[in-house]
Amino acid sequence: MNFLRKSLDKIKKPFGKGQKLEKFAPAFNAFDTLLFVPNHTTKKGAHIRDAVDLKRTMVTVIIALLPALIYGIYNTGYQYYVQTEESFTFLDAFIHGSWKIIPMIIVSYIVGLSIEFGFAVYRGHEVNEGYLVTGLLIPMIMPIDIPLWMVGISTAFAVLVAKEAFGGTGMNILNPALTARAFAFFAYPTYMSGNKVWVSEAGNIDAISGETILGTLAAGGQVNYSMMEMFQGSIPGSIAETSTLWVAVGALILILTGVGSWRIIFGGIIGAAIMGLLFNLWGQNELMSFSWINHLVVGGFAFGIVFMATDPVSAAQTTKGKWIYGILVGIFCIMIRVFNPAYPEGVMLAILLMNVFAPTIDHYVVNGNISMRKKRWAKASNELKTA
Amino acid sequence: MVVIKEIETRRGANLKLNGIAEKIIEKSPSVANYALRPDDFFGTIPKLCLKEGSKVLAGSPVFYNKKNPDIKIVSPISGTIKTIERGPKRKIERIIIEPSKKQDPIKHEVKGWETMDISDLKVLLMESGNWPFIHQRPYGIMANPLDIPKSIFVTTAKTDPLHEDFNFVLKNEQKEFQLGVDLLNKFVDQPVFLGIDKSCPGYFESIKGVQHYSFKGPHPAGNLSFHIQKLSPINMGDRIWTVNPEDVVNLGKFITSGIFSSQRTIAVSGNAVQNPKYFKTKIGAELAPFIKNVAVKEDKVRVINGDVLTGSIADFSGYLGYFNNLVTVIPEGSHYRMFGWLPFKDNKILSLSNTSLSRFVNRNGFEVDTNLNGEERALVVTGEMEKIFPLDIFPMQLIKACMVEDIEKMEALGIYEVVTEDFGLVDYANTSKLEAQEIIRHGIELMINEVG
Repeated sequence: MNFLRKSLDKIKKPFGKGQKLEKFAPAFNAFDTLLFVPNHTTKKGAHIRDAVDLKRTMVTVIIALLPALIYGIYNTGYQYYVQTEESFTFLDAFIHGSWKIIPMIIVSYIVGLSIEFGFAVYRGHEVNEGYLVTGLLIPMIMPIDIPLWMVGISTAFAVLVAKEAFGGTGMNILNPALTARAFAFFAYPTYMSGNKVWVSEAGNIDAISGETILGTLAAGGQVNYSMMEMFQGSIPGSIAETSTLWVAVGALILILTGVGSWRIIFGGIIGAAIMGLLFNLWGQNELMSFSWINHLVVGGFAFGIVFMATDPVSAAQTTKGKWIYGILVGIFCIMIRVFNPAYPEGVMLAILLMNVFAPTIDHYVVNGNISMRKKRWAKASNELKTA
Repeated sequence: MVVIKEIETRRGANLKLNGIAEKIIEKSPSVANYALRPDDFFGTIPKLCLKEGSKVLAGSPVFYNKKNPDIKIVSPISGTIKTIERGPKRKIERIIIEPSKKQDPIKHEVKGWETMDISDLKVLLMESGNWPFIHQRPYGIMANPLDIPKSIFVTTAKTDPLHEDFNFVLKNEQKEFQLGVDLLNKFVDQPVFLGIDKSCPGYFESIKGVQHYSFKGPHPAGNLSFHIQKLSPINMGDRIWTVNPEDVVNLGKFITSGIFSSQRTIAVSGNAVQNPKYFKTKIGAELAPFIKNVAVKEDKVRVINGDVLTGSIADFSGYLGYFNNLVTVIPEGSHYRMFGWLPFKDNKILSLSNTSLSRFVNRNGFEVDTNLNGEERALVVTGEMEKIFPLDIFPMQLIKACMVEDIEKMEALGIYEVVTEDFGLVDYANTSKLEAQEIIRHGIELMINEVG
């Protein structure tokens, strides 16, 4: 360890203050701090600091994402082999999935991180860790057969327009990963929706039907999957969204570590359940009479509410606001599913919509505190006058 | 004793650190120099009364506040002004006074103070150097003698890490404490609010002429901002005064003898100290002899005037701050930590976050150092400040309002109700290593300049 530290310090020299590579220090520091928590000490303010930092927080999110990702990789192969009716082992399915998904992750990280590094050097601040999560989320919510160049372009769009244009990490209004998906969704609709994209190779092999459950329902068809299959996730869909079970494991990690807001997650579940129940009572068509509990486990709802809606930057920031935000995401998700025939899945648009409204929600919550204070002032000055 | 109100919060965190001072009061070792630091008086512009080399008596004015020339800051001891240390732009950093062998203090006429006119009493306190003991809310600056405060607050119990125990520190000074309270009661319509810890109130519960209240909860439940908001919230234009408990005793001593009392009982504590204990000394004493006495365990340490969350750096050659009862010595943390960002790694480091198991691994006390444990980042995580902030204020929104210098917003969000120390725990706990106290201090300075 000592040797490694010494050699790093040696390489670091030209990046130091006043040296010729000073401008590129953020790029070097990003690698350095990945290995070592730096020796910085407190200069002002509190003299001791908590062990937690943004890197640790973001790594916790990545750990929470891993169960869903690994299942997603397996499910990609599973769907392919089941539909082509070939015999296969767990390993076959896993290899098939990895072969497709790992290149997407690599593309997303390379494109996104290059832009992040570029901006860090240009703006002279350290590279923020947020992209480690965003970069993993982007491939996880794409259909399996989307061309890599589309992943690249969507990523570039998301990082540049949704994040850096607003001032970088911590300033963005919209969740960058969802923005990438929304961009791809509207720019390349044939690759992002329909009944030919959700299972590996469905576009090339006629025998494979790539329809999602929500797609089937929207078309008025019957669903042939059991509740257990939907929960477990052995159904077609975006790469890592299908398994509510493994998403729930991730949710547990986020909630126990306090990294994800349990208020948003439970708020979302409550909102979606209520909306689903109401539609069940109405029961006009297949989607409306689709049991509310099934609504919670199919499609991207679980993944969205756990990993996308809880993004602290684009979500509501006040405690009360988080409840309202979560509940509304749930309500809108089911509402878009049921009412909008063009988008059988509503969670992406529901979250993006609420991202836009989150500052408004916070505004009213904070205003409650302000008006309480102003009332107290007014009361006090009245008392003063009468006294 | 009648407790008028019990206030309680669950928001906050007690940081359990090693190195709490043992309850022994030692006599002060011999101190070669004393110093006054104008920086201890937030919001004052110092103007010197004396030059280098001048002789001073204990209680003779050394400098005054340019904004209010009647308020004098006096010398704690008799001696000579050795040096006046200046910083950039000739800012006065420290006025160092070398004590003489013979101590003859200035004596003021205090007979019949009970019946004195309020304005005469104020002049007496200003002339004798006692006025700076009285602080004002909002802003946490020196009180303005022209104001009539809505109420006066004193708390005899604290919650900050390694805090001093005033029950022990002031155990033999009940009479003086009572007199100090009586004096303060002259300036205010309703009796002084006296905060006590109900589990061990000591003699403070039998102090007369006060409104007792008790509080319960983790740090910062002991901060006066919390008590004030619960008992006598600050509205626009309100003035509330606060006095530290030992300064109540100092006021009491002055009003009986007529001599400025600069007593300070300090707890020298922290996990870099071998034998943490208490000392009786005077305001502005040089710290080195005390630190030598308690024996430092580590090579590189940081000496802090105050507690680890809100104190100011005073290196080895530093001096005791004007209002500090606590000196903390902790090791410097200039070291690297491999893969320190892995969750649940390095559980020996104190953490309030659930990404560490520290609370399960170590239940007794933590060794702390000054490592930042990460790097400064953009504000990303939300909700963590609210968990440790007992005031009915949105801390992050207030911090952001201070960052953009939006005065109207700062007022509306409650800048009048906070002082920098309330954000000490926010500094400590936030993931982005945000300097919340620095931002709030900047905001308060802005308010003083723009609104007053």
